Amino acid sequence: MKSENGPKPRIAIFKLASCDGCQLTLLDAEEELLGVLEAVDIGWFPEATPRVLKPPYHIGLVEGSITTHHDAEYIHQVRRQCRILIAMGACATAGGIQALRNFQEMGATLRKVYPTPASISALKMSTPVSDHVPVDYELRGCPISKAQLLEVLSAILSGRQPNIPTGSVCMDCKRRGNTCVLVARGTPCIGPATQAGCGGICPAWGRGCYGCFGPMESANTAALRDRLAELGQSNAEITRTFRRFNAWTWPFREISEKAERGEAEK
Amino acid sequence: MSQTRTIKVDLLARVEGEGSFYVRFSGSHVSDVKLRIPEPPRLFEGILEGRGYEELPDIVARICGICPIAHQMSAIHAVEQAFGIAVHPSIRALRRLFYCGEWIESHALHIYLLHAPDYLGYADVIELARDHKPRVEAGLKLKKIGNDLMALLGGREIHPVSACVGGFYRVPLVAELRTMRAPLAEARELAVETARFVAGFDFPDFEQNYEFVALVHENEYAINEGRVVSSGGLDIAVEQYQDHFVERQVAHSHALHSAIRGRGSYLVGPLARFNLNFERLPASVRELARELGVTPPCRNPFRGIVVRALEIVFACEEALRLVDEYERPPAACAEVHPRAGIGQACTEAPRGLLYHRYELDESGTIRSARIIPPTAQCLKRMEEDLYFLVGKMASLPTPELTHRCEQAIRNYDPCISCATHFLQVTVERE
Repeated sequence: MKSENGPKPRIAIFKLASCDGCQLTLLDAEEELLGVLEAVDIGWFPEATPRVLKPPYHIGLVEGSITTHHDAEYIHQVRRQCRILIAMGACATAGGIQALRNFQEMGATLRKVYPTPASISALKMSTPVSDHVPVDYELRGCPISKAQLLEVLSAILSGRQPNIPTGSVCMDCKRRGNTCVLVARGTPCIGPATQAGCGGICPAWGRGCYGCFGPMESANTAALRDRLAELGQSNAEITRTFRRFNAWTWPFREISEKAERGEAEK
Repeated sequence: MSQTRTIKVDLLARVEGEGSFYVRFSGSHVSDVKLRIPEPPRLFEGILEGRGYEELPDIVARICGICPIAHQMSAIHAVEQAFGIAVHPSIRALRRLFYCGEWIESHALHIYLLHAPDYLGYADVIELARDHKPRVEAGLKLKKIGNDLMALLGGREIHPVSACVGGFYRVPLVAELRTMRAPLAEARELAVETARFVAGFDFPDFEQNYEFVALVHENEYAINEGRVVSSGGLDIAVEQYQDHFVERQVAHSHALHSAIRGRGSYLVGPLARFNLNFERLPASVRELARELGVTPPCRNPFRGIVVRALEIVFACEEALRLVDEYERPPAACAEVHPRAGIGQACTEAPRGLLYHRYELDESGTIRSARIIPPTAQCLKRMEEDLYFLVGKMASLPTPELTHRCEQAIRNYDPCISCATHFLQVTVERE
């Protein structure tokens, strides 16, 4: 934390392959936005300003995954420019929805979208920032939680550890007072294996969690797979259930690959 | 012989996603215009193959954090068309209300955070807020009310979770929806103030001969359904979209450009909607438009910011009406029976016409997908605006001309993340 009269901390916000939703989360903090913008100097945030301040930046927030040769180089430059680097959202922390290509044959995927795919410079895989450079903090979610973003920024600026819960979505559901859709209604839900942070939105809307905050610490995906099978999901459906916005994280990837191969757990 | 000059902006700020452009000209003769998109391709159409129809709204939302509802609505309507599902009138009304929230939020974001600084000579909203803090705070409040409406109906404003094929996972109680009444009434006032504020800006004299394309509905300002109509005489059902619009690969930009078959570029978005649907706006909005001196045909893209503000006034009024008339539907979701077929739909995203097409098998699994977002449809026209603008204003010093060019692109509120067809540019000019 800088002294009262010292220079303000410089913040930079970078975008890789993404939908823009995570940096939009900052602009969606309407009540806090002007306060945040006054408390820091924005060094790099092209979506909001053409003004650029020279690095180094105190905090860098990265949205998006690495999907091109350019970005695989660029992320090293970003890392060098930032004292603290925060990967923001499912793309930056897990490769995002575009990591579904990692399970497909890339040429075929490209041909479905572009008439002359030869002119595209895209990597075969979509990978998280931490596969390329060390990351200091990760904010989960597709999109991230506004409260967690503000918490991590204010914690860093005041020199304390951020308080980001690492339990499962079940904790969010308990706090919100949701009826458990998995137990009470037999609705497939991967909340028991998914990290908290969203506030238990999907079960509150009567549907199962689809895992947008990614796997929780030591998630028991094997037991959950068995439960989904008991509820009538086929191996193909279980594969798809774990292959969404955080498909390339190891716990979700491992279980989806087992289900895809039709392998039993034991 | 005039000297050859170039205008080159490597990272266009205050747009959603990353783009750059380049114009080369000599005197008033423009020899090259290129809009470059360094945004990596995300291959959604490829990803969607083999996924179930019930996953579709969640996946397509991720195309764009600013207009997830637009993608959800186009996708859901397309699947419902393929399955032959007719939804309850209250579900239809709720979807329209949901979409109003997105228009309010997206338009307010663009006006205050991205576009207004251009007209007032500020670099960004931070500078703008230094001199006009109450105005910016009012704009952020307006934006927040749009977000609150989306969160009430969808669980959260970015990538909401409630919409599904057949309706919603859960629909609000009448009392829950009524909580939006007072905020929306306030938003309406804030939107009128916004329209008066932006109408006072200086607009360059730059009338263009656009072909406007938008949905037109017989008795409402079209959002979720209608015929695809153009100011050039086109009037087709959505199912005929691909017979009349083509996507072309263009060597100089390496992006797929949309065009009307046999004619060329066209314009979608607020200006097109306003010009084609003016008579379907509420009388109060039409009156305000006349008072502010903006009436159809409005052909100056720099005045688009006023039209965008007028659309917020409309969206607030429409949302209020829908909240007041809401009756909770008997079921949150219609029964869904998948069948093999092709479904297509267009809806009006904040930035304009958004086309989705799916081929589904008998289990409801997606066999092929096509998504044509508004920004891709406007790319060709954006380059033409730059061409004519530089030709007309070539006598300006380079920094001012560059700024005008940036502003001309921001007129479109381009949404580059959305444009799934954009290719990585691999060819550099000299």
